[in-house]
Amino acid sequence: MAALPDLTGTRYELESEIGRGGLGVVYRARDRQLDRQVALKVLESALAGEAQLIARLEHPGIVPIYEAGTLPDGRIFYAMKLVAGARLDGYLGGGPSLAERLRVIRRVGEVLAFAHARGAIHRDLKPQNVMVGAFGEVYVMDWGVDAVAGTAAFRAPEAVLDRRSDIYALGGMLAFVLPASAAPALRAIAAKAMSTDPAARYTDAPAMLADIERFQDGLAVEAWPEPLWHRWRRFGSRNAVLLWLLAAYVSVKLLLFLLRNL
Amino acid sequence: MNKILVGLLFGLIFGALDGATAWFYPEVRSMIGGIMVGSSIKGMVVGLLSGWFARKVQSTKWGVVVGGALGLLFAFLVAATDTVNGRHPYLEIMMPGFVVGAIIGFLTQRMGAPSSAKRAAE
Repeated sequence: MAALPDLTGTRYELESEIGRGGLGVVYRARDRQLDRQVALKVLESALAGEAQLIARLEHPGIVPIYEAGTLPDGRIFYAMKLVAGARLDGYLGGGPSLAERLRVIRRVGEVLAFAHARGAIHRDLKPQNVMVGAFGEVYVMDWGVDAVAGTAAFRAPEAVLDRRSDIYALGGMLAFVLPASAAPALRAIAAKAMSTDPAARYTDAPAMLADIERFQDGLAVEAWPEPLWHRWRRFGSRNAVLLWLLAAYVSVKLLLFLLRNL
Repeated sequence: MNKILVGLLFGLIFGALDGATAWFYPEVRSMIGGIMVGSSIKGMVVGLLSGWFARKVQSTKWGVVVGGALGLLFAFLVAATDTVNGRHPYLEIMMPGFVVGAIIGFLTQRMGAPSSAKRAAE
């Protein structure tokens, strides 16, 4: 176990340990100067890539870095916003609705799309790295560097990770958040994103999000060639009011015709 | 296509189809052309007003209610000026007119682009 960090010479005061990741340990600390709580990540290795990576990515779904520095023992630390909320795996314990689960996945996908557009790759996307705040805000944390190999269940099989590897992990996350009763179309979206062959996955995060959106709009999804009966059922549920009104019109006409011939 | 055009188009189609059902009534079959034209115009007026309403209020429920009410009103006006075998065919015109109005009201809510002012605000 790593020794508690010596914060001498910094403006931070250690309060408690929050969690451990592949690269280091995260502590809750107090910023004496601004009198606020922060999350302080102390890296076990000399890698500072994560801080630089996140600092480049300014997005509401990425926890902002306040400051980076070096501890007296030479370890690198950085202070970031302390997010009050639950990790995605814990958040699911509260039994959120399917729409809410999909909203979280869509927010994560949007963050990925943003990062990918700036040349950044997460490399270790998993439920433990997604925080859902008290007001429903979604944060993607623990942005990876080359040394991180990903987490088995969400890691793409290819040796060299790229943007499509993040799509694989996002598919894994979708499969993870889906309840047992989830529609086959949603499972197909997750399966397509998790294809062993990277070329068979969605080309990018927006393409996957568009498929999820199509599902939510009651449209056919790209990932699932639906059977005819399912297409009819989807049409029926999507146009239920119109079908009821047309049925009412036919009924009225029949009724009038019958009354006339009585 | 904007919502008023959607209303006019579906008003024309459903009005014409509703008028065409007069073919099942031998006593008015000879006047089916005039009935279809009149019914189409009634449908288009309902469609125009429903489309205008849909541009102001985006609510499927209220679209159906307002469309139905407009259909009922204009069907009443038509029935009040018409006589078949010496009586006004209120029931025969107003009941289907109400449902056709509701259908048009529904379609104007579900289809067509909102007004340019609303698009700009979004």
